[in-house]
Amino acid sequence: MEIVVSLVIGVLFGSGTWLVLRPRSFQVVTGLMLMSYAANLFIFSMGRLAVARPPLVPSTGVVDPSAYADPLPQALVLTAIVIGFATTALYLVVMIGSRGLTRTDHVDGEERQR
Amino acid sequence: MSLAHTEHLVILPVLLPLLCGASMIPLDSGRHGLKLVLSLGAALALLAIAAATMFLADSGHWPHGIGVYLAANWVAPFGIALVADRLASLMLMLTAVLAVAVLSYSALRWSRIGVHFHSLFQFLLMGVNGAFLTHDLFNLFVFFEVMLAASYGLVLHGYTAQRVRAGMQYVTINLIASLAFLIGVSLIYATSGTLNMADLAARLPMLPEGDLALLKAGVAVLCVAFLVKAGMWPLGLWLPTVYAAASPPVGAMMVLLTKVGVYAVLRLWLLVFSNDAGPAAGYALDVLLPGGMATMAFGAAGMLAVEAPGRIAGHAAILSSGTLLAAIGSGVPALVPAALLYLLSSTLAMAAFMLLIELVERVRSPRSSVVALTIEAFAVEETPDQPVGEGIPGALAFLALAFAGCALVIAGVPPLSGFVAKFGLIHALVGGETSSVAWTLITLIVLSGLCSTVALTRFGVRTFWAAGDIRPPRLHTTEVASISALLLACVILTVQAGPVLDFLTRTSAGLHRPALYIERVLGVPAVPGAGGKVAPP
Repeated sequence: MEIVVSLVIGVLFGSGTWLVLRPRSFQVVTGLMLMSYAANLFIFSMGRLAVARPPLVPSTGVVDPSAYADPLPQALVLTAIVIGFATTALYLVVMIGSRGLTRTDHVDGEERQR
Repeated sequence: MSLAHTEHLVILPVLLPLLCGASMIPLDSGRHGLKLVLSLGAALALLAIAAATMFLADSGHWPHGIGVYLAANWVAPFGIALVADRLASLMLMLTAVLAVAVLSYSALRWSRIGVHFHSLFQFLLMGVNGAFLTHDLFNLFVFFEVMLAASYGLVLHGYTAQRVRAGMQYVTINLIASLAFLIGVSLIYATSGTLNMADLAARLPMLPEGDLALLKAGVAVLCVAFLVKAGMWPLGLWLPTVYAAASPPVGAMMVLLTKVGVYAVLRLWLLVFSNDAGPAAGYALDVLLPGGMATMAFGAAGMLAVEAPGRIAGHAAILSSGTLLAAIGSGVPALVPAALLYLLSSTLAMAAFMLLIELVERVRSPRSSVVALTIEAFAVEETPDQPVGEGIPGALAFLALAFAGCALVIAGVPPLSGFVAKFGLIHALVGGETSSVAWTLITLIVLSGLCSTVALTRFGVRTFWAAGDIRPPRLHTTEVASISALLLACVILTVQAGPVLDFLTRTSAGLHRPALYIERVLGVPAVPGAGGKVAPP
């Protein structure tokens, strides 16, 4: 399982990096989204990978920590998803505004002269 | 049983701007007067709170000058702890002073262009204050994002093609930096099992070798996010463009944002990688020092190379960040008080310079500023009012004097506070073990001062002594008052350099004793009887 998850994170982050380095803003925003998926999966996996272990413990009785997943990375990843979603939405608005005002969708550059 | 009222002071710098900003969102966009009163009132209250926090931290009210506030009454390290020590209260003070000055500057014109200027401004203050106060790494990420989201909106404020373009690059860079932040934080959590900075400092010496290596990698990735904000070469190439494009009041606040990055590095390194940290002591200082030096060289060369005043200011900000990072990276405790004084005076002077640029532009091209006004209008019906009221007499003399004042502080030429700070840096460097690295740093400090002097003098000569018709611009009391206030703060830092340096020395002495932070932050009990949360073990 570990190797699959790490491969997924690596492929996502790698493709994201490649896309972010492209000139057009649509490619950049797609790259940013892929990178943020990779980062979120990374945070999640930092709580150690485990199957069928709930992150919530019962309020009574003695708790065996090894039977439960670490809830903290899951809380972190929720926050990170929300913030990432909001900033990506904001980026899209800026992108549309920039397209309208500068008549090009390059992040930093010009349309090629034909 | 509940907390004494003074303890709640620690969370007010976060709560007050949040509530104030939120309360202004439903207000009609035409009610500039009411919004200004609310916003300025909140900023003045923040000033008072910062002064009170500073007094409490310095007067011995809190043990070791460290005030701890447990958010939602969860003991550290399980909950989020806010920590108000001398350094945090000093930064709160700096933020509040800048906020008051910038808000009064933008009262007549800039806050009337576009929508929600004041709300965004308050959210920016909330993020910055939170980043200074929090003692939890993930909470630091949240406050960074609040600060950044507000700054995205503010950079776009005015909405010209240039701003949107620069804004898009700014957003892209910072989104990537935020991802680095997240990856770094999660690696730190995975290896150390904690996100509380004091707890991290306590656990670091006990980590096994393999985990320590991973943790160091995590901190390095995390630090990329800080250094992007601080504008360290080569991560700060975005900075001059954004500074030049942003509207002047926003540019003045951006000067502070670079210092938030520097603050985070200073806080983390002095706490976590102190001499108590065992094998990890002084980690990556050998990267911060040359990095800071390269940044200084880049900033100084940039100041000489560019002509546009906004870009000069951007490179000056890079130079100032570089000086601070190099001072932190040198790892000499005696450098920290002088570096903090440099941080204060350079931030104030650069903010004043950012505000001054626009007024100077009115001298340079009285016509084009009218054109710019019409372009900047967000929508037709929101064409900003022309600044109302009478101009002040002697406008040109004021501009020239204020410019000279800014230039003196930024370049670090006597007699103002920039010189005192740079002298302090050089004094501390000469006083320690004088290695070749120290001499290189001294040379760089002196040379970069020379470069800024040349660049700023050239700008001044070309502006104020230019041939052709210079029409005295119309300046307004609020604009003049805010710039004067910022410069006056620099003068006070100079005249009262003794007491200020004493305070900064106490600040630095506290920062260099991480054991006190560990003891205080982890030792504060939850308030009993309030919801039955975890008791300290």
